Amino acid sequence: MSSERPVFRHPQATKNSAGYSRKDYEGAISTLCAGCGHDSTTNAIIQACFELAIEPHRVAKMSGIGCSSKTPAYFLGRSHGFNAVHGRMPAIAAGANMANRELLYIGISGDGDTASIGMGQFAHALRRNLNLNYICMNNGCYGLTKGQDSATADRGSAGKKGEPNPYSAIDLCKLAIELGASYVARGFSGDKQQLVPLIKGAFAHNGLAFIDVISPCVTFNNTSTSTKSYEYVREHIEATNTFDFIPLQQEILAHYPEGTSQEVVMHDGSIISLHKSEAGKEVTSRRHALDGLEEEKAKGRLLTGLLYVDPHSVDTHEIINSTLRPLNTLVEADLCPGGAALAKLMDGWR
Amino acid sequence: MNNIARTNDFVVRFANVNGSGSASANNLFAKAIFRMGVPVSPKNIFPSNIQGLPTWYEVRVSDRGYLARRGGYDLAVAVNGQTLLRDYLDLPPGGYFLYDSTRELSADFDRKDVTLLPVPLTELCNTAFEHPKLRQLLKNIIYVGALASLLDMEFTVLTEAVERQYAKNAKLAGPNIKALELGHDYAATHLAGRCQLKVQRIDGVGERILVDGNTAFGLGALYGGATVVGWYPITPSTSVIEAFEKYCRKFRVEEDGGRRKVAILQAEDEMAALGIVIGASWNGARAFTATSGPGISLMNELLGLGYFAELPAVVLNVQRAGPSTGMPTRTQQADILASAYASHGDTKHPLLFPSDPLECFEMAADALDLAERLQTPVLVLSDLDLGMNDNLSPPFTWDDSRRYDRGKVLSHDDLERRQEKWGRYLDVDGDGICYRTYPGTHPDKGSYFTRGTSHNEYSGYTEDNVIYQTGMERLTKKWQTAKTLVPGPVLAMRDDASPLGAIFVGTSTAAACEALDLLAEKGIVINAMRLRAFPFADEVYRFINAHRQVFVIEQNRDAQLRTLLVNEGDVDPAKLPSVLHFDGLPITATTICTQIEAHLTSNRQLPTQDGGRR
Repeated sequence: MSSERPVFRHPQATKNSAGYSRKDYEGAISTLCAGCGHDSTTNAIIQACFELAIEPHRVAKMSGIGCSSKTPAYFLGRSHGFNAVHGRMPAIAAGANMANRELLYIGISGDGDTASIGMGQFAHALRRNLNLNYICMNNGCYGLTKGQDSATADRGSAGKKGEPNPYSAIDLCKLAIELGASYVARGFSGDKQQLVPLIKGAFAHNGLAFIDVISPCVTFNNTSTSTKSYEYVREHIEATNTFDFIPLQQEILAHYPEGTSQEVVMHDGSIISLHKSEAGKEVTSRRHALDGLEEEKAKGRLLTGLLYVDPHSVDTHEIINSTLRPLNTLVEADLCPGGAALAKLMDGWR
Repeated sequence: MNNIARTNDFVVRFANVNGSGSASANNLFAKAIFRMGVPVSPKNIFPSNIQGLPTWYEVRVSDRGYLARRGGYDLAVAVNGQTLLRDYLDLPPGGYFLYDSTRELSADFDRKDVTLLPVPLTELCNTAFEHPKLRQLLKNIIYVGALASLLDMEFTVLTEAVERQYAKNAKLAGPNIKALELGHDYAATHLAGRCQLKVQRIDGVGERILVDGNTAFGLGALYGGATVVGWYPITPSTSVIEAFEKYCRKFRVEEDGGRRKVAILQAEDEMAALGIVIGASWNGARAFTATSGPGISLMNELLGLGYFAELPAVVLNVQRAGPSTGMPTRTQQADILASAYASHGDTKHPLLFPSDPLECFEMAADALDLAERLQTPVLVLSDLDLGMNDNLSPPFTWDDSRRYDRGKVLSHDDLERRQEKWGRYLDVDGDGICYRTYPGTHPDKGSYFTRGTSHNEYSGYTEDNVIYQTGMERLTKKWQTAKTLVPGPVLAMRDDASPLGAIFVGTSTAAACEALDLLAEKGIVINAMRLRAFPFADEVYRFINAHRQVFVIEQNRDAQLRTLLVNEGDVDPAKLPSVLHFDGLPITATTICTQIEAHLTSNRQLPTQDGGRR
C-alpha cells in the first residue's frame, strides 16, 4: 500500500525558479523499511529536480520490479510513472523516449532488475545511448523475496542468512563503461552531498547516464559480514573526485587554483566542475576510468563519484536521425501519404 | 501415352538450389502469366538455409481463379541435381520434365509416361555469356524463355517485364532478353509440339495486384500512422519491417533537413521489441512489432502487462510451423491459442485474421485504431504463406478523409474543463474503456502511475480483493465492447436449408472456397463463414447453431480455432468436426474435400437429393 502525504503546504516554502516548492517534487509516503537506502536516493532525486527547477510534469519515471522499482511512487507525484515488469524497464523507456524526445526520463532499477533478469536490456540501452537517466539502487540482494544474494554481491559477502556468496560480483559501472555508456557514476545513498550533483549531471547529459547507487538494505544485507552495509561502505568508500554541477543559467562562482579542477561542458551548456583530489584521472577517458575502478578494487576500496563522461555523446534519436518534433505529436498530414500515392504504388504490383 | 493437355489450368514446379538466383527468374514467369490476365498463385517452398539446400517454387495457373496450393504438379522444371530424381518420380502420368540436358540423365529416368523436355541450359548459357556470375543467373532465365515457347506464352510480355525490371539499369536488360531468346528459340526449334499445357490470354485478373502480405502489412502500418517500431529478426516476419522501413525512406523523410518521422529500433530480443512498442504506445505514439511463434512465446510477459495495465500495442504474428523452432520456413496456423490467451493469469487478446494482402494492408491500419480504442494489445495473425508469397489481391485504397482513431485520450484542455475527479481506470462510459492521458500533458492534472500490479480506479496500488475483482470484471466488459468493434465474419450462404457449414480463417480461405465448390458439384452443399477476428461476434454462434454440423478448417494439429470456438461460446463440441492440415505446406482443396467426405460417409450424413436436410 502507498499512502498520500497530507496536502498542507507551508505558505513560506522556498520556491525554485519554475515556481515549485520542494514539496511539489515529493510523491506518496514510502512503504520501504525504515532506514532503507532507497529512500535517501529518492530524496536526492527530489533535491536534484527541485534545485534544477525541472517541471514535474515534463518528467517520466520508469522502473522495473523490486524494492527499488517501487520508489517512483515516492517521488515526483505530479509526473507520469510506469512500474513495468522485471528487468524490462530499459525497453519500455526506449519506446517512451522514441515517442517523445522532449521529456526527461528517469529510469529506476535495482541490482536484480539490472544485473540479472534485465542484463540484456541494460546492455542494449547502453549501446544505443538512449537519453535516459538510469539509476540503479544497488544493495547486493533481493529484498522483496527476503534477502537472496544478487549478482552484484561481492564474493564472500554474507547477508542476514549468513551464507557467504560464492560467486564473483558484477561491477555495473565497469560493465557500463565497457558497453559504451556515455556517463557513468557511482554514488552512495548515505552521501547526499555527492549524489545530488551526480544526478544533476546525469540530467544534463545527452545520452544514457548510468548511476550505480550503493543503497544498503537495512533488513537483509546490513550485517557486519556484508560489503553492502552502511558501515562497510562508509569505511571503504573512495571518492574519485568531488564536483559542482553548474546549470547553464548559473554563473560559476567558485574558483579553484589552476590544475586542481577539470571542467566538462555538457551538451546543454551546463558545466561539471571537478575538483581533483590528487593528480587525478581524466574523467573523459574510458581507459582511465576502468583503470581507476580496478586500482581501487585491488586496494579493497569502492570508487565513487563521476567515473566517466563523454560530453560529445550522441543519443539514440541523433543516431537514427529522427525528427526533432516529438513523434507522438505527428498527425495524419505528417504520417499518411494518402490515396493518390497508394494508387501509384499499385501500378508497381501489376 | 496420354500427355496432360490443359490450358490455363495447371501447376509448374521449379526445383532449384537455394541461393542460385532462381527467385527472380521464377517470379518473372509467374508475373508474365499474371500479365496475360490469368490468375496465378506462386508458392515458394524454401529451406531454412541461405545457400545450397533444395528449394521449390510452385506456380498454379487457374483460369477459374483458384489460388490455393493445388498439390502435385504437371510440369517440373528440374535444375537441382540433388532432387532431380525425386522431382521426376513425383510427376503424375502424362506430366512433363524440363531439365538441363547438358548432362545426360542416368538410367533411373526410365518412365514411359513422362514427356522429357531436354534443354541444354548450361551449354547454351556458357556459349553465350562470359561473366561467371551472370551465367549462374541467366541460366535460370533461359528456362523461362524455353517455357514461354513450350506454353505458347506471349514473348513480349516477358521481354517487357525484363525491360521494366531493369529500367534503371539498362545494361542488365540486354543479357536477360538474350537469355530469354536463347531458351525460346531452342525450344521452338527442338521441342515444338511436345507440350500440351498452354497459357492463353484472358481477362481473369482485372484490377488485381500481385504482392506479398508482409509488404502489404508494412505499408498498411505506415498508412495507419505507426511511428515507433521495436522488432527482432525472425523468419517469416522480417520482411514486414524491411518493407515498412523502405516505405518510410520514401514517405517519412522531412523535406527540411532529411530527418525521419519514424523510430525503428532493432531490439535485443522479442521481449524488448514489445517493450519498445508498449513504452511508445503509453507515451502516445502508434507503435507495432512483427514476429512469429517463438517471438510470441517470449512476448507473453509483456502481453500480460499490456492487457492488465491497458496499453495499446499491435503485434503481427506471421505464423510458421512450430512447436519450438519447428520448421521456420513452412506455414501453419498453429499460434491461435498461444496468441488469444498469451500470458499468465486471466488474459485474452483481440486477434485479426487477414486472408489476403488487401486485408494485411487494411488490418495493419485497423489494428492500430483498435489497439488505441480498446487500450489493449491487438494481435494480427498472418502466416508464412500469406506473408512471404506473392498473392493475388484486390488493390489497396485509402480514404483521405479517414482519421486515426486515437481512442479515449484527454488533452490539456479536456483536463482543464473537467469538473469531476479523473481516474485512469474509472469506467465513466460503461463500455469498460477508460480515459487515459499522455505524459507531459498538463502541469498538475492527469498524471498517473501505470503498473502491472493490481490497481484501483485511480491507478493506486491495491490488494483489496473486491477492487481487484471489480477491475477484472471491467476488463470482461471491455471484451464485450471489443466484440462490437472488431471486423465481423464474412458469410457465404449457398443454401439456407443446408445442414452443413464450414468455418475457417486466413490462408485456409482459398482452399476452403475451392473445396466447397468441388463438393457442391457432387451435391454436398456447405455454407461458409470466414472469421476475421476474435472475440467472435454473436453472428458466429448463430451460424453454428443454424447448422447441424459445422466443419472447422484449419492448419494445425490440435484444432485450435475449434477449441477457441468451443471455449468462448455456448456450442456443443460434437457439432464441430475438424478438418486439419499441418504438414507445413499450404492446405489444399483436395485435403479438405477428402476429410469432409470421409466424415460424412462415416456418419452417413451425405445429404441426398431431397433428404438429409433439417
